[in-house]
Amino acid sequence: MSVRNLPPVYNKIAQHAVFPEMNHDERARYNFLANLNKHLAHVSTGNKVAFENRVEPKFEKEHGRKIASTEELKQAISKDAHYQVWSSLRRSTMEMRQQAGRSIVLRQAAELRDKVKALNEGKDSLILDESVKVPPYLLACDNHIMPGSYHTELIEDDVTPAANYDTGLFVTTAGLLGRYSDGGGKAIVSWVRKTYPDFNPKRILDIGCGMGHNVLPIAKAFPNAEVIGIDTGAPMLRYANARAVDLGITNVKFMQMDAAKTTFEDESFDWVQSTMFFHETGGKSIYKIMDEVYRVLKPGGLTLHIEQPQYTDDMSLFEKFIRDWDALYNNEPYWSKMHDIEPVDLMKSSGFREEDFMQIGAKAENDLDDGSQKADEPEDHGRSPIWNVFGAIKN
Amino acid sequence: MEEKIDYIKLASNKPKGKRPYFHDDPAVERVLNITMAVAGELAVMRERMDSIERLLEKKGVVTREDIETFVPETKEQEEQRQTWHAEYIGRVLRIVQQEQEELENPDKSLEEIANDINEM
Repeated sequence: MSVRNLPPVYNKIAQHAVFPEMNHDERARYNFLANLNKHLAHVSTGNKVAFENRVEPKFEKEHGRKIASTEELKQAISKDAHYQVWSSLRRSTMEMRQQAGRSIVLRQAAELRDKVKALNEGKDSLILDESVKVPPYLLACDNHIMPGSYHTELIEDDVTPAANYDTGLFVTTAGLLGRYSDGGGKAIVSWVRKTYPDFNPKRILDIGCGMGHNVLPIAKAFPNAEVIGIDTGAPMLRYANARAVDLGITNVKFMQMDAAKTTFEDESFDWVQSTMFFHETGGKSIYKIMDEVYRVLKPGGLTLHIEQPQYTDDMSLFEKFIRDWDALYNNEPYWSKMHDIEPVDLMKSSGFREEDFMQIGAKAENDLDDGSQKADEPEDHGRSPIWNVFGAIKN
Repeated sequence: MEEKIDYIKLASNKPKGKRPYFHDDPAVERVLNITMAVAGELAVMRERMDSIERLLEKKGVVTREDIETFVPETKEQEEQRQTWHAEYIGRVLRIVQQEQEELENPDKSLEEIANDINEM
């Protein structure tokens, strides 16, 4: 076994008909960036050392007391040379990943649009609605520092935001979500099958589906179910539908809709799912969305939400601070606020009962895992494929 | 809507949301970003050379002298090479372009946006 924990080479990523064409150097650029991400995940453990050996003692000497809040910790650590260079390199790496992805997809924007169009032609599984507005929380800043975010169209019927997302997820996660970046969807399918072997959903809703990478394993696992993915980003939905068509998944529809105000009937779904979605919403919208989840879910129906790990009382200030790094510096701002909400309270506010609430841990299923992913790999905060899943059965 | 887009410039656009700086002097950040981009391109070139060397070794068709004396032979080749340089420079000097975009369209800080979003 290799002592090095190397990311998979980029050419291991799964291809499909609308996957952007990539040349040799573009793959090489992504190989460099995946390795740089891995490297920085290891270097990030140095932040803790710098904090404990340098930042904390200095603060205590100057103030005669311990650091009392993450805000004080942030002020103190921001002057530390190791933290400065690590943060600077990490931000730079993320910007380079966006630049690399966009330079691949924008040069072939029209070709990608035409390929997607050809696959979507005559299909009733893509339902766009121009009257759907992009929610203000997505317009406030570009999430994941993706210029133009999920919705901006540079050409008519643009799909490049989704194509860029599709190429890059493999790089930022160092391939840990598998060849189709669907490790989250696969993990939830396995858990549901194991926990509820008799569960036979007829209608499934995935909210904030993006390019559909996590809803496809669900649709595949329940081929007799009608599966619907909703999102507000038209470029994402066009691409998602074409991708699903090419991958031969026929029981999934993609509809342009705001999860806070869907047009579905009351009690019309057996399962409502979201994957890494809520932390990209907003402080008031999150309650409206959960109300909507409750409304459309049938009695006895299941809802599950894969999210970032919650902060716990026994977590150190440093741990909380470093987990927030991506929130502020990789533009996922609501993540820095959402940890103040207890998932159980969020669900109770919409009508779910406390005794029906559940919270589990899930790890991405990775079809590339050859045993080289070590358990003692340092956690790359915000990139780690280990999540908190919360949900409930509606009663 | 335009069908032809300046993909080189667009690929290096800044994302919305004020860019954080971690070093006391932003000049350090700027130079570090440029250096990392160059480091990336050197890695890309190293991988390309590795591909070429392995293929040459396998097929034995090109000599070192062929490479040393090669110059573009058609207008198309000339353009391809110059386009590569333009893309390369756009990539390496991305942060300079993004700082200009920030000057033209100043953004709120992410802390402010987090507070705004908490009200949305």
